[in-house]
Amino acid sequence: MSDSSAHSYWKANIRLVLSLLSIWFFISFGCGILFVDALDTIRFGGFKLGFWIAQQGSIFVFVALILIYIRAMDKLDAKYTLESSSKSDEASQEGS
Amino acid sequence: MTVQTWTYIFVALSFSLYIGIAIWSRAGSTKEFYVAGGGVPPLANGMATAADWMSAASFISMAGLISFLGRDGTFYLMGWTGGYVLLALLLAPYLRKFGKFTVPDFIGDRYYSQTARLIAVFCAISVSFVYVCGQMQGAGIVFSRFLEVDFTTGVLIGMGIVFFYAVLGGMKGITYTQVAQYCVLIFAFMVPAIFISIMMTGQPVPQIGFGSELTEAYGGGYLLDRLDGLSEQLGFATYTEGQRSTQDVFFITAALMFGTAGLPHVIIRFFTVPNVRDARKSAGYALVFIAILYTTAPAVAAFARTNLINTVSNAEYAAVPEWFTKWEDTGLITFDDKNNDGIIQYVGDPETNELNVNRDIMVLANPEIAELPAWVVALVVAGALAAALSTAAGLLLVISTSVAHDMLKRTFMPNISEKRELAYARISIFVAVLISGYYGINAPAYVAQVVAFAFGLAAASFFPAIVLGIFQKRMNKEGAIAGMVVGFTFTAAYIIYFKIINPAADSAENWLFGISPEGIGSLGTVANLVVAMVVARFTPEPPAEVQKIVENIRLPGEAIAR
Repeated sequence: MSDSSAHSYWKANIRLVLSLLSIWFFISFGCGILFVDALDTIRFGGFKLGFWIAQQGSIFVFVALILIYIRAMDKLDAKYTLESSSKSDEASQEGS
Repeated sequence: MTVQTWTYIFVALSFSLYIGIAIWSRAGSTKEFYVAGGGVPPLANGMATAADWMSAASFISMAGLISFLGRDGTFYLMGWTGGYVLLALLLAPYLRKFGKFTVPDFIGDRYYSQTARLIAVFCAISVSFVYVCGQMQGAGIVFSRFLEVDFTTGVLIGMGIVFFYAVLGGMKGITYTQVAQYCVLIFAFMVPAIFISIMMTGQPVPQIGFGSELTEAYGGGYLLDRLDGLSEQLGFATYTEGQRSTQDVFFITAALMFGTAGLPHVIIRFFTVPNVRDARKSAGYALVFIAILYTTAPAVAAFARTNLINTVSNAEYAAVPEWFTKWEDTGLITFDDKNNDGIIQYVGDPETNELNVNRDIMVLANPEIAELPAWVVALVVAGALAAALSTAAGLLLVISTSVAHDMLKRTFMPNISEKRELAYARISIFVAVLISGYYGINAPAYVAQVVAFAFGLAAASFFPAIVLGIFQKRMNKEGAIAGMVVGFTFTAAYIIYFKIINPAADSAENWLFGISPEGIGSLGTVANLVVAMVVARFTPEPPAEVQKIVENIRLPGEAIAR
């Protein structure tokens, strides 16, 4: 792989990680801790919104973030390994 | 059949399963012993990671702690799951790509220094020891209450089982027993939760039952409103409101997240999959499997709390159910009839409150409080043991690899044969089991508290060193070593001061920036980062071949630069 494509791969990777981590921070530390009292004024069903995000909602978001990351990295890897001629021994064993 | 008989049946069945797997998956080489030959499929690794990760603290203590902390309990929920986002995005794929056996391997090679390697070994061993003692204690509590053996005997039985399959199978045996243990523990956690949710709200999914209305038998109205009402009436803090200061909750959550991402026994699980892509995938699977328990736990906490108050508040002491007296025998529930009226006054005011319930017992007592069938109660016992033993095994492996691989093979005896190295790995597990058993029996604090120490230490030592090693090519050995030493020492000193030397001073007005010892690890992390970057700026940059390593782990997929 050429230096310039390795460099742009790394940049794309950093961009992805930073954007996912800002959502991670906003939901957990933001909605779950800092603004929790303000969000608690909104109710749905038997939940106060802030309380729900803090105790359950944030966990669902964390799962979603990792799944998005896996997808996006697979795409990014595919794009850049096609461009380069270096062989990749992806003896990928799919989880059953 | 009685609870006792069912318990013996379930425990015997699950233990023979673990032993069977251990015999089937004996390890023949060091690679099998350390990283299960590097051939674990991501789904299996996800389950094993989940079991490895969810300890006695998650299974036994967490829901109970939340049911007494209310909204403040959030830091356990978010902290212990949010760390996986960091792990998946910042650490797991790169460490797999780096492709060695242990965390000190990475630190030692990346920072081209035996000193750095030995500091990492020291941190890994101390973190794991603190953590494993908590597991042994958890197993001891379970045995002493449900199999009615002595606490010490309980710890000894737990030690025996872990010793057997960890020594025989190493990582390979541990991985496949952990897969079985995950199945046992998640089933054991979910069955009573679903039962209780249906009973109290008519809703089979506990996550939804948490926000649903109670059935007529429980007085109707939304569960959480009802719980807030009951708490207020008895003078406890309102369940859905926070009591701790925002900054303390913030820092504790951060410490638990960084700690999660820095725990060596979790990190080494990502060395066991075939390639980088599978490392990412297994981090995803792991969090899905963990989330099943972690989104159920707050529901269980609210159900258990409501049920406990309904059952014991203003109940006649002479007519309490059997579980109450059994827990009283273990000293984990105490009743002191201050006004001699024979009725249990369970209230927020310590002056008039007559009942003390240990937080660690809520999950174990919950099925009995809800009067679920005997086999469900027994199932929970088997689940709790699976949780404690799976984590203990993972931790013991870290201790063993640190000694046999990092200290002997990589540092003091580089010419050691593979056979000898394997023998040393097995001996060090044996010694580690003995020491942790001893501290399990004679430890000072309760399960979750003991574990909280480990997080702070892992957060302040490993997490920054690894992240900087990957994302800052310029980071050198001087910076990393100074950072780890400062982070670890600062955090350990703060915790030891407030928890051991001067526990009387352990209150908000004496804390640094209002941060409790549980949350200080996050400040330790920041200290580590800052010190590392400042020191690295004034010392020579790392040699070219090390910078090449960093460039390599940043390449896509399995590609290696030529």
